[in-house]
Amino acid sequence: MIKHRYRINNVILRTVAKLVSLIILTLAVYLFLAGHHSPGGGFVGGLVLASALVLLLIVFDIETVRKGIPVDFKKVAAFGALLSVGTGFGALIFGENFLSQAFDYFNLPFFGKTELTTVMIFEAGVALVVVGVVVTIILSISEDE
Amino acid sequence: MIEIMLTLALTLYGIAIAISVIRTIIGPSLPDRIVALDMIGVMLVSCIAIISVSYGTKAFLEVILILAILAFISTIAFSKYIERGTIIDSRRDD
Repeated sequence: MIKHRYRINNVILRTVAKLVSLIILTLAVYLFLAGHHSPGGGFVGGLVLASALVLLLIVFDIETVRKGIPVDFKKVAAFGALLSVGTGFGALIFGENFLSQAFDYFNLPFFGKTELTTVMIFEAGVALVVVGVVVTIILSISEDE
Repeated sequence: MIEIMLTLALTLYGIAIAISVIRTIIGPSLPDRIVALDMIGVMLVSCIAIISVSYGTKAFLEVILILAILAFISTIAFSKYIERGTIIDSRRDD
């Protein structure tokens, strides 16, 4: 164990990273919800969300992030793939083609007239797949012997 | 008039990015290359803002946000690589 001659003080980086990760997560949610009629969607939202997790992994360490987010990201990716494919097969129950999507307008109490669509579930699955795969790749690369 | 100004700004940013790319390639040390890469990121954000004004669209604003975030994270990763030698620690050591 090599002792450092000086201790590295990164309190500024850690304080900034806590704030910036909140901003990045907000942007990820915005990109995820804006993806129907404007640029964005599940893939980009998942990538931005994964970049927030990567920022936390860089600034803190694997042990702290695993303690704070106790999920297995391989299972997250598998669950997202199941959700995406499940929406595709759900259309077969109603006698439609594979991956047929439906939408309708609802009057929600706070948002007013809102378009709800089953593409949202599909995109949520895509976002979960992207987050799981990216974080798994980053963790597998970074682990040393 | 505004078109001439925007075109001139884009041209100057192109020249500045070319100079930064030269510094990234021939940079004698690693911090030179990292600062040049960070400069390229900031100038790309500015270029996209100018293009967005020139086209009169708001469709590129998400691109600006994502590019700024990625430039920030990559600069932090390179800086930590210089200082510690590793990018992601396995456990907390302080």
